[in-house]
Amino acid sequence: MGLLQLVAKRLGFGLLALFVITVLISLGVEVLPGDLAQSILGQSAAPDTVAALRRELGLDRPLHVRYGEWLFNFLQGDMGTSLANKREISELIGQRLLDTLFLAVAAAVVAVPLALALGVLAALYRETLFDKTISMVTLGFISLPEFLIGYILVALFAVQVNWFPAISNITPDMPFLSQLYASALPVAALTFVVVAHMMRMTRAAIVNLMQSPFIEMAQLKGIAAARIIVHHALPNALSPIINVIVLNLAYLVVGVVVIEVVFVYPGLGQLMVDSVRVRDLPVVQACVLIFGATYILLNLTADILSIIGNPRLRHPK
Amino acid sequence: MTQIKQLETLLRQGKISRRDFLKRAGALGAAGAAPLSMLGASPAFAAKRGGRLRLGLAGGSTDDTLDPGTITDFFMQVLTHAIRSNVTEIAPDGSLVGDLAESWEGAPGAKEWNFVIRRGVEFHNGKTLTAADVVASLRHHIRPDSTSAMKGPLEQIESLRALSPRLMQVKLKTGNADFPYTLTDYHLGVWPEDESPLQGTGTGPFILGDFEPGVRASARRNPNYHKEGRPFFDELAITAIEDASARSNALRAGEVDAINRVEYKTANLMDRLPGINVLSITGTGHYTIPMFADVAPFNDVNVRRALRWAIDREALLQTIINGHGAVGNDLPIARHQPFYNTSLEQRTYDPDKAKFHLKQAGLSSLDVQVSTADAAFSGAVDAAVLYKEHAAKAGINIDVVRESSDGYWSNVWLKKPWVFCFWGGRPTQDQMWTVAYQKGADWNDNHWYNDRFQSLLLQARAEVDEELRREMYWEMQELHWDEGATIVPLFNNFVSGVSSKIATTGTISGTAEMDGYRATERWWFA
Repeated sequence: MGLLQLVAKRLGFGLLALFVITVLISLGVEVLPGDLAQSILGQSAAPDTVAALRRELGLDRPLHVRYGEWLFNFLQGDMGTSLANKREISELIGQRLLDTLFLAVAAAVVAVPLALALGVLAALYRETLFDKTISMVTLGFISLPEFLIGYILVALFAVQVNWFPAISNITPDMPFLSQLYASALPVAALTFVVVAHMMRMTRAAIVNLMQSPFIEMAQLKGIAAARIIVHHALPNALSPIINVIVLNLAYLVVGVVVIEVVFVYPGLGQLMVDSVRVRDLPVVQACVLIFGATYILLNLTADILSIIGNPRLRHPK
Repeated sequence: MTQIKQLETLLRQGKISRRDFLKRAGALGAAGAAPLSMLGASPAFAAKRGGRLRLGLAGGSTDDTLDPGTITDFFMQVLTHAIRSNVTEIAPDGSLVGDLAESWEGAPGAKEWNFVIRRGVEFHNGKTLTAADVVASLRHHIRPDSTSAMKGPLEQIESLRALSPRLMQVKLKTGNADFPYTLTDYHLGVWPEDESPLQGTGTGPFILGDFEPGVRASARRNPNYHKEGRPFFDELAITAIEDASARSNALRAGEVDAINRVEYKTANLMDRLPGINVLSITGTGHYTIPMFADVAPFNDVNVRRALRWAIDREALLQTIINGHGAVGNDLPIARHQPFYNTSLEQRTYDPDKAKFHLKQAGLSSLDVQVSTADAAFSGAVDAAVLYKEHAAKAGINIDVVRESSDGYWSNVWLKKPWVFCFWGGRPTQDQMWTVAYQKGADWNDNHWYNDRFQSLLLQARAEVDEELRREMYWEMQELHWDEGATIVPLFNNFVSGVSSKIATTGTISGTAEMDGYRATERWWFA
């Protein structure tokens, strides 16, 4: 099967998965206690105002009607408006999506090269003090909850020495460098969280290969250890490394709500949590679709890259 | 410096007099360093113009809108007061003053009210305010398909008319001597009649700039504000910060000038930090534990009395809110509010009395369930568990049912017979009793329908003679203290963190946090 066919097939399954997700989300939000009208009015909800708000929002109609209407509009490219604040979802999500991607890309640009370099170095100097120190530090960061890392960074670098802002109050009209500066601490926190995972996988994959006959052959030929790792071991270890990198990239997009809360970063995660809390189904759907599509596309990318990086898969018999 | 701060705290809490403060601060050689604002210096000459006030506020959400009818939380409450004005306003000292209204007058029987609108007040778009704008803004809440939280409270209005551009007439279905107080509610800001409230135009001290729900809002000074000299800040920037640690970090790092809802457990630590003052203000907010007085076993007044004597309020005050509040006396009225009954004995923790009342009810022990969740108030679950321990000594076994915080107000409160609850309080006795204690009220969470109490409530509402009203309210409070179905264990303080760069008039409103939501126009940079 050619690469293109594979991509097409995977995309097809991806769309199917997204469709199933939207159905599940609709059912899930419906099952949660309370509805949007009650959440908006909160403690002050009186029966007739709740009923009026439900009518205004169209919540008095059955679920399948609302879902059908949403799907129909969505397929025409209209994501609808938020039930809670009546704003266009595309407008509501647009800036937040950009901000989320900005944070994810900034963290990835720092974390991925750092993780690869540390992983290769750890494999090169395996079982030395250097390797053990790196292992301990990264394992330590994996074990710490991410909000704690965030608080520690804020306590040290914002409150104690005041080098970086404690809250990442970024706005669309900020110049790029100011945005970067304002996001420094969340980027650092995310880097600490994801580097460990990727670095350890890189090290493990390379160390695993070091027992293979072709590496032994290279060693017998007298090639320098660093060259063996970079030129012979690393290309063969790419597949698992790419997979773990992609998994972490997806996490940087969809899993950072805790970091957003700690640093008051106006990303998508917070929007989704708020929307689930008030049962604002169209916004939840839009967020979930973005997150789902991110996972599916990144996984697809990982598979394609693995195929490209592996001659046996690239030229199947 | 810590000693000075302790003195300031004592002064704020009224535990020492101003004279004492000066003497003791002078002994520390630091009187000059103490903020004069704390001494009640007059704002007229002390206040300074300029600067950008940055607030970091909890209580903002992505579903916020500029429709004042659906405002429920603090971010929007502060923002709406920054951009809009009400007809009347509660001054920091608790008295009622005019905001958009210059004066008002109630006809005998308090059924008809005439408000004279201030001359020459301008909206941010240049339009001159008329009584028609006020009428249209109020009608927004009472129209049939209204989604406003004020729909119920404003149902008392029979007709609403602009008699002339400067005269608004309100006719009520029944007399209400406190009606002008009702118009101070945070939902009742005024906007131009030919605009939607979502446009954010008002007559308030600030003109709205950006507004990103749940993220931020910015505004600039309204040069034509109708209060001479105000506001003092040139710009306003509000950032929504839900996480309590993130809020205090932002304040400590100097990125915001003031924050709300400082956690009780860290408030005392924060007060010790240089450059930060903690304002701990007793308001009308209180925690309640209402029971349904028409459901067994709570339908027996002696069971209710037993449960009220079986809670250790002092212990809850110290553990749940770290001393930032006051013990309640089973009344939803704060001590500083008008017509508070000072003759009632303060209920304490007395297991013997509780046992006695249990015996009166013909019981030797009692098994009851109470529902709680931290949605009721932060620490409500811990409070319930402590109460269980207190009550056990009186032979009362409380089964604490931990409910889900999600949907607590729609599925538990008003549904289960005994629950933990929180009330923000109301500026007047009539409003508080009407909203949660009157028979038939939507939010009556206790079902205590004492005939005498209910008829006094109606009588007092229409009574314009202060002395007669006092007598009626005192009797109502006594009835509720003795027989009512709501336990009021605590009044909780508003605790805000404020940079020492900010000056206040020294009299901070107890109506709501941040100087009755109006810090943006009442505070300035020293």
